[in-house]
Formats: sequence, structure tokens, C-alpha cells
Amino acid sequence: MTLADILASLFPHGHSVTVAEGLVTGQGSLDGKPLHVVGIDGDTPLGVEGALALSAAVLDVVRAGDRSPILVAIDSDSQRMSRRDELLGLNECLAHLAKSLLLADRLGHPTIGLIYGHSAAGAFIATALATRVLAALPGANPSVMDLPSVARVTKLPLEKLQEMAKSTPVFAPGLDNMVAAGAVHVVLDAEKPLDGQIRALIAEMPKSDVRDRLGQERGGRPVARDIAERVARQARG
Amino acid sequence: METLHFRHSTKKPAAGSKPMAVIGVVASGNLEILLERVLPPDACEVAIETPIGGFGDVWEAVVADFVARAQPGGLRISINDGGARPDTVSLRLAQGARLMEA
Amino acid sequence: MRIVTDPGSQSWYEASARQRVAGLVDEGSFAEFLGPAERAMSPHLPLFDLPRAFDDGIVVGRAQLDGRPVLVASQEGRFMGGAFGEIHGAKLVGLLRAAIETKPAAVLILFDTGGVRLQEANAGETAIAETMRAIADARAAGIPVIGLIGGRAGCYGGGGLIAGTCSRLAVSESGRISVSGPEVIETNKGAEEFDSRDRALVWRTMGGKHRRLTGGADAYCADTVAAFREAAIRLIGAAPAFDLAMLEAEQSRLEARVKRFGDCRDATEIWARLGVNDPDAVPAMTDAAFAETVANVTEASHDAR
Repeated sequence: MTLADILASLFPHGHSVTVAEGLVTGQGSLDGKPLHVVGIDGDTPLGVEGALALSAAVLDVVRAGDRSPILVAIDSDSQRMSRRDELLGLNECLAHLAKSLLLADRLGHPTIGLIYGHSAAGAFIATALATRVLAALPGANPSVMDLPSVARVTKLPLEKLQEMAKSTPVFAPGLDNMVAAGAVHVVLDAEKPLDGQIRALIAEMPKSDVRDRLGQERGGRPVARDIAERVARQARG
Repeated sequence: METLHFRHSTKKPAAGSKPMAVIGVVASGNLEILLERVLPPDACEVAIETPIGGFGDVWEAVVADFVARAQPGGLRISINDGGARPDTVSLRLAQGARLMEA
Repeated sequence: MRIVTDPGSQSWYEASARQRVAGLVDEGSFAEFLGPAERAMSPHLPLFDLPRAFDDGIVVGRAQLDGRPVLVASQEGRFMGGAFGEIHGAKLVGLLRAAIETKPAAVLILFDTGGVRLQEANAGETAIAETMRAIADARAAGIPVIGLIGGRAGCYGGGGLIAGTCSRLAVSESGRISVSGPEVIETNKGAEEFDSRDRALVWRTMGGKHRRLTGGADAYCADTVAAFREAAIRLIGAAPAFDLAMLEAEQSRLEARVKRFGDCRDATEIWARLGVNDPDAVPAMTDAAFAETVANVTEASHDAR
């Protein structure tokens, strides 16, 4: 689905969401209440300016204090890879965006990620992965690194990695593997209207971070939950 | 990965009373050794995981030499190897045995 | 091998993750969780014919710092570049979640990481997201989360984002903080964009002095375990809140930085605009001279993190 398709399905009565240089901001109405949208469209890399524009939009919503939900719609590249972005503190800007979403969540705004295209690395962590619940549309393609690049770094033949990817979701790119890891909570049905599906997600927001439980149940992260619980138990000691 | 196991009888228990020690880091040309005082005082076991296969006889000689010198009775020694040379292995084993003396 | 009599004088950069913890906290106070004898090792690395570590490259536990209870996590940069694998990440997540219940005086994260471990990429990336959420929760509960950065692997990728989520950061000259590493930028954008072999360029762009001058870190330490200890104790008492006012201040701070320095090609241009008299002298400055320089730069100190 394109962003326009998504917005049409989500807001049948219209919306004010606009895209400027790949950055998505605006709002529509869900059940007569505002649903805010921030995001990245068109496989756009996320640099310092983009991160700060999105965080400003999130903080505007928080300042209004009405606890309205925020949808983070993502079809991005990775973080923008440049000397200038790192010189200007890209790590601070991306972390600031993630913190803005995490604060919104803490102050009662349901935060929902929606990945409908690509996303990777720092851009993914700062946006969709900083929401309370992350949904995907079929055809979405989240990844940390593509297999040819993994082959270069690990010095393993691409054919071997492709074979391993079939049975080992923990390293292989793609939506199915991010679902298995528990990073993506649910894959939506593109054939059905999105407003009802998003409404259902808002109504049933998980109370805590359940991603390691999902990863264990789905087999993509077999041990993370147990390890985190063992450490926490010893810390409580 | 190749896994190797060696079991030796020792004439005396390892010095000291420390129950556990770890030394070294798994990195290229280095290794990590975990020593645990969990066996009968006349036994020593060494388990090795190494990514470099085909050097079982070298490991066997290095371990036998260490056991003969240190008499590490009672110790179970576990090694994660990152491709260390035999002299590095010997050095780390000796350092590990010294840590257990504390 | 150099014999070190005083653990505090030991080089932070050269020390192992365990040595850093031992020298950082009150002597003998560290108790490890899920230590090496529990053999919580990666289930995934053997598939790649790669050796495992008994602690998966991160040491976590509780200790006393200046007589107060703290939780500590220390990454081993020499094992798999200190990267986040499934267990490595889950140990940090578990520690932070426990902090919310046990209410220590602080959580200390001794970063030494290249980012996500590619062999366990999805688990590592998700753990970084879980870590950032847990840090936000801990900070909101009033627990300072302090990052210490001066290891050989630096603090890259998702590690850089976690660092930006911490309450306070201490950094030494060799502590590099960045999202894309020099090699990653060069591989993707070419050596004209970033020549990763130009080490001076790496230090200027991502190194501790640049981060401290621009407010990307809150304390600058000499490369010793004792200096990091002193900085950690000081920063715990100066942790900013995690609320709307703080994030609005950070928004303004970062927007002002991009506006003021967005056209600079090199860190030396930024330092000149910050009022540093002789920017070219900064890289070779002694720690004492650098501390004086920082004291005159207003952007370096703020409560907006």
C-alpha cells in the first residue's frame, strides 16, 4: 500500500496529513477524535533535520495534553549516512525523537508504529521501534542489513547465508523475521479498512513491553525473555 | 566449531580456595578461560571450544604440560578459544591457576 | 605485561570490561548477575562457526559507588566488537527493568560497542529498542542512567542512540559516539564523503572532545578508570528529569546547533564558532587545557538530555 492508500483507508472522511521532503506530519479523525500522524515516506533517509522536525511534531501533540493517539507511519531508508550528520550529533537527534515518542506514550498518548515500506538501522529504532505497538502491512521490508552486506561483513558466501536465512530468523532481513523476533507485533490485512484495525490496536495496547515474550513464542528470539528475567530476578535478589 | 575434552588425574589439589575465576577475552588470537573448583581434588577436566579445527594434538600437549606443572586438582577448566597460539594458551592457563590461589 | 598496582590509574581504553567495573565501583563491592559460570552463551554464533563468550560480551551486576547502591553493565569491545546480540542485549534490558523495581542510586552503562551484532541482527536491533524504552521508564522513575564512553570499540550504531537516551554521559578523548561508523559511511558513500583511514578526521568528527564541546557529552575524563569513577559519581547528582520541559529544552538545543553549525564542513569550524581561540590546537590539548577550554563554552553544559 502507498501512503495515500493508507491515509484514504484510515481517514475515509479526509485528513490534513502532508508529506514534505519525505517527512510525514498531520492528522485525521478517528471516531471523532484526532489521530496524529508522523512518519517518513518514499524510502527517505533520516538525518538531523528530519529527526528534529518529527520530534517537534510529536512534542506539539504532547503539549496539547489531550492524550490523543500518534501513528508513526514508516517507509524509510536507514539513518542518513554522512559526515555532516555525525558532526552535528545524529545520535542525539535520533535518540531525541525516540525519547519524544516514549514520553508521549508515558503521558497517555497511545503510540502505534505502522511500517508499510522499508526501514533500517537507526531510522527504524528512532521511529517505529520507539512506539508501544508496531504493526506492519504486507510487503513491508524492515531490515538491519541486506544479505549481500551481511556476506561482506561476515565473510560468509551469500549462498550459505541465503540457506541459513531459511531456518534462522534471528539474522535474516525481512518482515517475517522481524515478526518472529517480536519487534513487529502484528501484520494488518490490507484488504480490510485500516481504521477499524488501528482502532482495535489502540483499544488493546499492551500494558508493558511484550516484544521479548512475542519473540520467544514465535521462535525468532528464543532466549532473550528468559535471560532478561533471570537477570532481573538476580537483581531483585 | 571443534569441541575437545581432556581429563587428567592430579597428584594434589589446586592451591587456594577461590571457587571460580575467569580470565582473558574471546578475540582474535586470544581466548577466555573459566576455572571452577567443582571436581574431586585428584581430577582436572579441560573442555575447549575452538573455531580452528585440526589442532587436537597441540591442545592435548599444551593441556598436559599445564596439568603437570600446575597440578590443578579439583578444577574444571572451560575454554572459549578465539584462535590463540599455544604460548598464549599456556600463559592464560597459568594466569588462571594463579587467580584461583587467591 | 605492565604491572598495575593502583587499579584506578589503569587505562580505561586498555582495560577489559571486567577490569573497568572492578576499578570503577567501591573495591570488592561488585556482584555479577548471570556470571560466566552460568554459561549463558549465544545459541546463534556456532551456526556461523564463531566462538562464544561465557558472558556474551557484557558484564552486569550490582555494586556500591561511593557507598551508594548502583546497577552496572559493562560491554567488552574486544568480543565481537561489543555488539548487541540476543543475550548481550537481553542482559542489559533485564538489568534496566530491575532498576525500576529496586531503585538503585543509578544505573551505569559502560559502553564499548560497534552496534548490532549482524549474526543476530534482528534480536540485537529489537533489544536496543527495548533498552531505550527501559531507560525512559527508569529515568521517569527518577533513576539516573549514566553512560561512560572511552573503550576501543567506541559507541556506534544503536549504541549511539542508547547513549543519547541516557541522563548523562562521560567521555574520554578516545570515546567516539556516532550512529554510522567511519567505515559504514565510506562503504556506502565513498571515501570523498568520509575517509575512514584518516584517524584525525574520525576523532574530530565523533571523538570525545568534539562531543564534549558541543554538549553531546556532559563530562570529559582522562583515560583512567579513576577519572571515570569520579565523573560517574559527579554526574549521578546532576541528572536531568525525563519530562516535557526537558525534551522541549533538548529540542531547542539541537535545533539551535543545526542552525548555527549546519554549514560547517569540519569540527574545527564549529569549535571556532563556539569561541575556541585556537581550534586547530584542540586535538593535541592536554586534559587540563581542554577542561579550561570547555569551561568557556556555554553550549557544553545544559540540562537538556
